[in-house]
Amino acid sequence: MTAVQNPPRAEGRPAPTPGPFEGAWLRLRRGVRQLHPLLGPVAITAKYASLVVACAAALIPLTTVFMAAFKTKEEFATSDPLTPPESWTNLDNFVTAFIQGGMVRGFLNTSIILVVALVGTIIIGTMTAYAVDRFDFRGRRLVMGAFLLATLVPAVTTQVATFQIVNGLGLFNTRWAAIVLFTGTDIISIYIFLQFMRGISRSLDEAAMLDGANRLTIYARIIFPLLRPAIATVVIVKGIAIYNEYYIPFLYMPSRDLGVVSTSLFRFMGPFGAQWEVISAGAVLVIVPTLVAFLLLQRQIYSGLTSGATK
Amino acid sequence: MSTVSSPVRGAAARATATPPPAPPRRGPGRGWRVTPWLFLVAPLGLLVLFTYVPVANMVWYSFTSWDGMAPVKEPVGLDNYTRIFTDPDMFSVFLVSLYYLAGAFLQLALALYFATILSFRTRVRNFFKGIIFFPYLINGVAIGLVFLFFLRPGGTLDALLALVGVAEPPQWLGNPDLANISLASTSVWRYMGLNFVLFLGAIQSIPNELYEAADLDGATSWQKFRFIIAPGIKQVIGLTTILAISGSLAVFEIPWIMTGGANGTTTFVIQTVQQAFEFKKFGLASAMAVVLLLIVLLVTWIQRRIFPDEKVDLT
Repeated sequence: MTAVQNPPRAEGRPAPTPGPFEGAWLRLRRGVRQLHPLLGPVAITAKYASLVVACAAALIPLTTVFMAAFKTKEEFATSDPLTPPESWTNLDNFVTAFIQGGMVRGFLNTSIILVVALVGTIIIGTMTAYAVDRFDFRGRRLVMGAFLLATLVPAVTTQVATFQIVNGLGLFNTRWAAIVLFTGTDIISIYIFLQFMRGISRSLDEAAMLDGANRLTIYARIIFPLLRPAIATVVIVKGIAIYNEYYIPFLYMPSRDLGVVSTSLFRFMGPFGAQWEVISAGAVLVIVPTLVAFLLLQRQIYSGLTSGATK
Repeated sequence: MSTVSSPVRGAAARATATPPPAPPRRGPGRGWRVTPWLFLVAPLGLLVLFTYVPVANMVWYSFTSWDGMAPVKEPVGLDNYTRIFTDPDMFSVFLVSLYYLAGAFLQLALALYFATILSFRTRVRNFFKGIIFFPYLINGVAIGLVFLFFLRPGGTLDALLALVGVAEPPQWLGNPDLANISLASTSVWRYMGLNFVLFLGAIQSIPNELYEAADLDGATSWQKFRFIIAPGIKQVIGLTTILAISGSLAVFEIPWIMTGGANGTTTFVIQTVQQAFEFKKFGLASAMAVVLLLIVLLVTWIQRRIFPDEKVDLT
């Protein structure tokens, strides 16, 4: 690509041209075109070379950490970061990370928060989308505007004041702090549901209403099941976000027993300060579930992120 | 997804255009006015409680010298704001943002480049796409540790440099002149994949006929980029630029995890967190948060002016 953008200047070929400036330009273009068959392979080589460099940049930092996780303490101290471990079956560091490092607790807490917050988000999000899309009522625009405006407020800025509210509700240092914040401040999910719901025909609602169904039944029995693809998207996008979240658990759940994956891993830096092989094992433990999820759900992750990130 | 969203506008237009007449309904007429609110009680309650009340409180705190505990909040006028813009210790954090801002533009350029070349026919395209994108999904703390390992003295980077004969590499995180560059580069590594996937999605949603027509006309790859791809993804570029700018002001995780703000790497958000939760200066911290919020709103407003609301629909 770069080769195409900056074509090597071709030797001027004789060409009948009008003005001197335009003439040079035309000649250059003609030269480039004549070089085209030659330029192709160069451009293609440059393209693949740049892709390989990008892959190396993405993978080398991860690979060396992965290798370090299998090294013994002595081996780590004496070997180069780029040399593979002597034994790929040395799992001692993972055991240390899991048990002493408290990663078991971290995964447990993250799972609890993940499940409850996802259920909450789905209920809140689908209810909001249903109310806003299927009813005409005074204040509808105001409600929409309130949700829309809130997307502009970056959560990171308001934590100073949110902290007081969470504290005032008595939720500080409980799992509920994270659950409530993940559930209550997620506007992107609402948009994903809203967008999807607009594609569900209203004639379904109307038919059900003629059959005597009330609004709650319509929501629970008709709309909710039809939203399943959108729910899957929200579960994936939001699930990854919750799994990776550091700021909220760090701020609201400082207790050791409430460590989630991120905060537990962060605490590795103290006690295991110089034991890079154990820290590496901890990092690998955290990355592997993400890798598995990515390999299984690639398509949904790509499309979910595109619909979430741009709203 | 675009098939889903085209009836959307129709439905929305219908909903707003028609006066609120009675849809086919049964039961007493008042019921349908209350029902939507029953569905909205919980969502609106949470929205107000965790977004609007904090914003309002934050503005209020910012004019006081509150320590986070005292029952009285002593008003101090604009003192907190004056301090942010006059105290060099406070103001210097804005300069740190510039590193991340530069990183953000590098990140957008790289993402655009890789999205473009992968939109042309490429062998094992999904393999490349997956590898370039994957870092974005990784837990931020894990990324911090991975790069502490990568950048530490005698770490991966130094070992790589030794291979090409650099015997005495600098301290990537210990040297204040380099620390911010190292951290901003880590940030580029982390977030480039997202921009890349957004750009690639937008490029691939450009109708294929345009490329075919261009091929018939004998267009070069550069011409295809200049006249088909670039105009087709203008909106996404605008949007991601704004996200990148506000993101570079709101950097927290990577410097917090990797250096804790040492060696001149304190960012605006780290400073805010420290003022509030370590030094108990909630008034000052609130004022800082208000300033950040106003900057983000300003940037968003500018974006809306430059890229007026043509519908951004990537999916």
